[in-house]
Amino acid sequence: MPARSATLDRLIALGALIAFAVFVGLFLELEEQWEIAALAVIAVAAFYVAGRSGLAARIESVSAAHPRLSPLAVMVAVLLVALALYESHFALLMLATVMLFVVACLGLTVQFGYAGIVNFAGAALFGVGGYTTAVLAAHTGAPHLLILLFGGVMAAVIGSILILPILRTRGHYAALVTIAFALLFRTFLEVNDTLGGPQGLKVPGLEILGWSFNERIELDEDREISFFLSYVVVALLLAGFAWLLVKRLERSWLGLSLDAVRLDETAASVFGIDVARWKIFAFTLGNFLAGLAGGVYAMMLGYIAPTSFTFADSLILVSIVLLGGSGNPLGVIPAALLVVVLPEKLQVIQEYRFLLFAVLVILILRYRPDGLLPRRPRRYFPGDGE
Amino acid sequence: MDIGILSQFVLNGLVLGVVYAMVAVGFTLFFGVLDVIKFSHGDVLMAGAFVALATFAGLQLAGIESPLLTILLITLAATASMGVLGALLARFLILPLKSAPPLNTLLATLMFGLALREAVRLFYPAGSNPKPFPRLLPTDAYSIGNFTLRLDSVIIVVTGLAAIVALHLVISRTRLGLAIRAVAQDAETARVMGIDFRWVVLLTFAIGSALAALAGVANGLYYNEINFSMGLLLGVIGFSAAVVGGLGSILGAIIGGFLFAALQTIGAVWFAVPAYKDVFAFAVVIMIMAWKPTGLLAERSAERV
Repeated sequence: MPARSATLDRLIALGALIAFAVFVGLFLELEEQWEIAALAVIAVAAFYVAGRSGLAARIESVSAAHPRLSPLAVMVAVLLVALALYESHFALLMLATVMLFVVACLGLTVQFGYAGIVNFAGAALFGVGGYTTAVLAAHTGAPHLLILLFGGVMAAVIGSILILPILRTRGHYAALVTIAFALLFRTFLEVNDTLGGPQGLKVPGLEILGWSFNERIELDEDREISFFLSYVVVALLLAGFAWLLVKRLERSWLGLSLDAVRLDETAASVFGIDVARWKIFAFTLGNFLAGLAGGVYAMMLGYIAPTSFTFADSLILVSIVLLGGSGNPLGVIPAALLVVVLPEKLQVIQEYRFLLFAVLVILILRYRPDGLLPRRPRRYFPGDGE
Repeated sequence: MDIGILSQFVLNGLVLGVVYAMVAVGFTLFFGVLDVIKFSHGDVLMAGAFVALATFAGLQLAGIESPLLTILLITLAATASMGVLGALLARFLILPLKSAPPLNTLLATLMFGLALREAVRLFYPAGSNPKPFPRLLPTDAYSIGNFTLRLDSVIIVVTGLAAIVALHLVISRTRLGLAIRAVAQDAETARVMGIDFRWVVLLTFAIGSALAALAGVANGLYYNEINFSMGLLLGVIGFSAAVVGGLGSILGAIIGGFLFAALQTIGAVWFAVPAYKDVFAFAVVIMIMAWKPTGLLAERSAERV
């Protein structure tokens, strides 16, 4: 009886969403080291069991059957988590950071997962957005939403310097182009005094329609809402927008063309697909998303410096995409959560976190090379395969 | 500009160039046999320099004073240990990932480099501070006007070039070199001809890593200071040099190494702020990639359809 099993599946998916939200909330809020370690173990076990028992596949098919409702449900869940944590600055900051990283990594997914362009300068383009926002917000009176948008455009424009070399090169040669740019950008920021040099720049807080984000919102005498909550909302809206854009792109004929370009350039061009055009499209769109996220990030922290946009940070972005499962936007979310939050929370290993992180990535590449949530074959009709 | 100062810049550029070329030769070797980029190469260089430093401390304790003996022993320790490390890396990380997408190998070795860097920072005594490297080479100097020729620079340039030439001879003249070239050209056919594929790969990685360790020791002797994070930039520069020259070609790696050093030197002379030299050098590298997408000495390959 397909109808009943569909209802059951929906309930399972809802349960999984609630479990996920509770997990994220606890993960962000708990501070005892053993609690965090226990949570991490439970998450790994749950992930394993869900994968083995077919639960994960059922949840995924429910979400695929409701392409509009499911992201909305996730957004509501995240919002509820954020509201529950309304007092703790650090937890909300982490949550917003994870979502901004998700946006930047969705950009990289378009570039690498769809069109097959490796970008090792993700953090640099993120930084272009941040610095553009910082300079414009400090020196002009333009509305901040416009400035954020301009940060994304600026990242796309600066990224377009690399388009010619990227189009002409392949594989490792193309990797070098973006690696060289990432190093160049960081050095440039450090020696450029107009942009603050190694000390960086102060960034004014976000202001939309006269509502200043950094103002305190007091509930009563001794309780106040952390101002990071407003940034969580902005980051959430941005992530929702990026998610919708990327998912729509994937399902459209644009995504089909990008897949063709990645899988076989020669065959794609034989079928009349303009390879250069699609690479430019994917690269520019990805950089735009990274720049947009960078702008919000800069305003949220109120301060940016070259040390946040190094080659190592670009590597972290690439790791998130690969860990999640390249080309699967859904995989980006748990991967970003893992990579951003775990090192911050596990203070016991604070000193050793990069070492452990490196070992973890090596192990995943070695034993689960497709990432946590590998991309599924394209489904041409909704509900296909149910 | 005064001719003396100019020649001084040229000499410094030559020392840098030889170090870069040694790193680049490693990249080109690995790419030749296995079509992989081993991005931990720069950190292997750094680890080699630290092994040399630790050996130096041990020799001091043992009471060995002779600079010549010391230098030979620390170089031997560094190259041998890094050679073994390179072979282990190939055996346990690179060969198992052979059928994975090339980006996975690149990322895995990058992460291995990060792990190596962190391990030195955490576990070497006071590893997060820059370490003074002993001044072991004779520093006799001959001055002509503004130009000073220091003996240690000459020794480094000559040793580095000799190592690269020796490697070239091994590859072009010996049976081992023949096997390496055969694997590079067509691994499948080489196996059919009775060449032990795995053995060749491990040896190649050992040789390349030992060369990086030699570069690390040379770098330490020249600057008299090493630190745990020096590998990243040196690795990327070596990679740039190898790519600009054309991956897979030893001559290309040498040209690329010296070219990059020349670009940095020009950048340092040209701009009032010397720190712009890396910005300039990497910008030119990007332009060269746009102009010659497979390096100056193009890789010999037609697109397979």
